[in-house]
Amino acid sequence: MNTSASNSAPCASVSIDLPALQKEHPGEFRAREPWLARVDGRLRLVVCGLFALTVVGLTQIPPLLTALALAGCAAMTARLELASTLRRMAALDGFMLFVLFFLPFTIPGEAMFSLNGMAASYAGVLRAIEILLKANAVLLMIMALLGSMEPIALGHAMARLRLPLKFVHLFLFTVRYIEVLGREYRRLRTAMKARGFRPRCDPHTWRSVGYLFGMLLVRSIERAERILAAMRCRGFQGHFHLMTEAAPVDWRDYAFAGLSVTAACALIALESVHW
Amino acid sequence: MAHIPDGVLSAPVLLVGAAVSLSGCAYGLRQLATERIPQVALMSAVLFVAALVHFPVGLSSMHLMLNGLAGILLGWAAFPALLVALLLQAMLFGFGGLIVLGVNVMNMALPAVLCRALFVALSCSGNRRRTLIAAGLAGGIGVMLTALLVALALALSGQEFATAAKLVVFTHIPVAVIETIFTAAVISLLLQVKPEVLGFASTEMNDD
Repeated sequence: MNTSASNSAPCASVSIDLPALQKEHPGEFRAREPWLARVDGRLRLVVCGLFALTVVGLTQIPPLLTALALAGCAAMTARLELASTLRRMAALDGFMLFVLFFLPFTIPGEAMFSLNGMAASYAGVLRAIEILLKANAVLLMIMALLGSMEPIALGHAMARLRLPLKFVHLFLFTVRYIEVLGREYRRLRTAMKARGFRPRCDPHTWRSVGYLFGMLLVRSIERAERILAAMRCRGFQGHFHLMTEAAPVDWRDYAFAGLSVTAACALIALESVHW
Repeated sequence: MAHIPDGVLSAPVLLVGAAVSLSGCAYGLRQLATERIPQVALMSAVLFVAALVHFPVGLSSMHLMLNGLAGILLGWAAFPALLVALLLQAMLFGFGGLIVLGVNVMNMALPAVLCRALFVALSCSGNRRRTLIAAGLAGGIGVMLTALLVALALALSGQEFATAAKLVVFTHIPVAVIETIFTAAVISLLLQVKPEVLGFASTEMNDD
């Protein structure tokens, strides 16, 4: 559930329409690829996990601020779009605020201010800030390292990391179907709009959208059956060829790996200093 | 709200979540026949899309969870399906986090598997009404169980989250109501159009 602020206008303007799934300019020609885009996918996946693991373990504000700054640098290197990145972080923080709002009042400690007679503690406010920093640092790093990669390339990176092949196939098929499903969803929604359907807060709406999803499933399952038949016809035996060639590991990868390990060590060192 | 971000939960909770999800995924994948991969991927895509569709509720809006439906259609394969969906949501939309992925998958997939058992126990291939009630129950209970697990994960991570944990459960009641009706509608359509997806023979259902 999401009680997002952006959608909190009265019923009529809340939309059951799908937001854009694809990036705005798929495959747009870029004069120069960002430096980070040429780093090996496997390495990015591993580094992202390593970074998240390190950050989750941090407890003090200065190393967490450093982590957020590092993630910000990575995001800039990956040339993430500022507006959409901020929007996503705001959406995350919408959830966080809900959980964090209570922290100052539930953690005992020296009072900082009071609201309606409830005292907010310094310790609680600090804890809330700590969680906010952690969540945003990890989110930003995920978007910088993984979100900037084509999902298909990530699937291939996972296959090269020797994750179970069935899982990789599931991932690759899902990436493809999300696009197909999104298109189908919009088509069915248009049909509903043409018949004057307007989403409200009543059982009729819920049932209608249920039928919409049911139809979506039926059409897509039939599609999946046809795909499977076509795959069988071509002798599918449980594995695909990985279409993207694994580029040889070059200086960029070494540099990136070195930087990452240094950064992780620096974060841990900062954490061990008593602030 | 099934997407808990990184940094909130404590290490033991994260470890339990990772262990449960890993075993669930391993079991689900082992059971999954290669021929069913496209179908499971489809449900993953539906789960991904469902989180983007917002229903108006009062002055605010909420999105569907669909883990009950996923459970009914997938059984144990709901574990890998949810892992894929949540991983893609994290990397493309920034929902949730990375280390917390195990807990998030567990919170949604464990109820899904239970809903499957409930649906199988209650539904009856000749009785449309009973099947729909079973579907509705699975949909609603799936959401409520997920909310309870999210609350549990929060509460076990620290006393200070107790208030938020209680609120999570309460705010999910409307979602559960919506999903009850929603899931019943989905299954009713599937029963009419494509009953073999539910494991029912198509001829049987056409009789009534």
